[in-house]
Amino acid sequence: MLNFLTHLPSIFISSVSQGFLWSFLAVGVYITFRLLDIPDMTTEGSFPLGGAIVSILILQGASPVISTSLAVLGGMLAGLITGLLHTKLKIPALLAGIITMTGLYSINSRIMANSATLSLIQQPTVFSWFEKILKQPHLSIIILGGMLLLILLPLLYLFFQTEIGLAIIATGDNLTMSQANGINTNSTQLLGYMLANGLIALSGALLTQQKGFSDLNAGIGTIVIGLASIIVAEVLFKQKPLLTRLFTIVLGTVVYRLILAFILELPIQANDNKFFSALFLAGCLCLPLLQQQEKKLKKGVTYHG
Amino acid sequence: MANLLELNNVNHYFHLNTVHETHVLQDIQLTMKEGEFVTIIGGNGAGKSTLLNSIAGTFPVTSGNILLNQEDITKKNVVQRSQFISRVFQDPKAGTAVRLTVGENLAIAACRGKKRTLSRAKTAKNRSFFIEKLKGLNMGLEEKIDTEIGLLSGGQRQSITLLMATLNKPKLLLLDEHTAALDPKSSHIIMNKTKELIDQQHLTTFMITHNMEDALNYGQRLIMLHQGKIVVDLDETAKKNLTVADLLTLFQEQSGHSIQDDALLLQ
Repeated sequence: MLNFLTHLPSIFISSVSQGFLWSFLAVGVYITFRLLDIPDMTTEGSFPLGGAIVSILILQGASPVISTSLAVLGGMLAGLITGLLHTKLKIPALLAGIITMTGLYSINSRIMANSATLSLIQQPTVFSWFEKILKQPHLSIIILGGMLLLILLPLLYLFFQTEIGLAIIATGDNLTMSQANGINTNSTQLLGYMLANGLIALSGALLTQQKGFSDLNAGIGTIVIGLASIIVAEVLFKQKPLLTRLFTIVLGTVVYRLILAFILELPIQANDNKFFSALFLAGCLCLPLLQQQEKKLKKGVTYHG
Repeated sequence: MANLLELNNVNHYFHLNTVHETHVLQDIQLTMKEGEFVTIIGGNGAGKSTLLNSIAGTFPVTSGNILLNQEDITKKNVVQRSQFISRVFQDPKAGTAVRLTVGENLAIAACRGKKRTLSRAKTAKNRSFFIEKLKGLNMGLEEKIDTEIGLLSGGQRQSITLLMATLNKPKLLLLDEHTAALDPKSSHIIMNKTKELIDQQHLTTFMITHNMEDALNYGQRLIMLHQGKIVVDLDETAKKNLTVADLLTLFQEQSGHSIQDDALLLQ
């Protein structure tokens, strides 16, 4: 415990920097899970896809910015495939995502030239320029990640204020009403899938460059990270309008990273942490119910029979 | 005047080629003139909603064809038909997006029949247009333009759905027992608003109701469905002299047995 306290400042800084990069994934998951009301498992494949694309391209000598952009395109393509499976072939959303995720494992392995990890040590990354100036790896991640969030989230918000963007939200809210009002719900769902998985691949690409290697198995548990970050944001900040919500998801992701860092400091085996993450997520998900019951008790409402 | 809507030998089966096969629409032959307001009545399972759904395009009919303005729309789906046809559902929750505000819902309806673009959905211009329209409802809903639909009552929601359905004048308005889920007072208010909007825009309207009085009081034509067939089709003059009692007798004569449907009797 004493160890944990002395580590606190560095744990805090690294949680913030990690949280910033993970929040692109959380926002992506928010688009499908909350706005479109679709559970999308593609996440677990598009996240390592972003890492695979960015690492192989950088190793081939491509510029980190171009490599990262292509990783985003790769993620969008993965989203498009799940979207087509769901909308055109009428496969239930959960299964469509699992199918793409499963197929992507082999594709990711091929992209990474059949190795389980690719090292980017001594290679340029999108963070290199900032690191050279600031001499502080975590600070440069916070600045670059923060800048990207400050640009992307308002843009995303503006997009959801357009006729097409509003149609995506309506689709997730009420499919029957959307179709009756002439919204091609297949197209809006496809668009949402692509947008979400583009952001998730961006998260994968950025975290790969930050960690210094890509990992074929990096996707495992990413959906839980995304969902937990959203739930933490929703529990801490209730009923927020969209733009505020997007930024609270960043905060939620940072808080979730801090909680994970704390769990890692517990005297548990390394592989036990996933169990505690799952336990934490279940706890967060049933929190609104518990709060409701607490309210009822306070009001003195009782139920008989 | 040319027919606006034409149903030629429309048949529809549920669970075709299974032991549960039911012939819900049987050789429906129906034409509607432009500006006509038709009310449809019939017992439970008569095929009223199926008839309305087949016009809206919810599912492809088993056989026959449907023409709108002489154009064959049989193979078109709901989204394609929504360019010409708008609809108010029985369930007040069905017609609006609950997490969006009144203004955002209206903005979505304003795009019906148009191509959606990357321009802003809510502008100052369409906001004042929506406020004007909401004022026209006379329910104080213009104050609620920035309120989430989910926070409104069933009657308020249904009047907004009605407004959404008529915001861009549809060629055909479908009303699917749209006051059935409301309390008597709201139901009465919504029926009056419906008539006002229909009269203002001279809308061609197809209204299902289980309220015999409404069926007689509104519209220029009354159709009675029984077991998937049109059994009674009354024009304006025939309809004018009819009472609810006459209508019940007519129903018994046509169907061969008395009405079992309590909802239909109680009205």
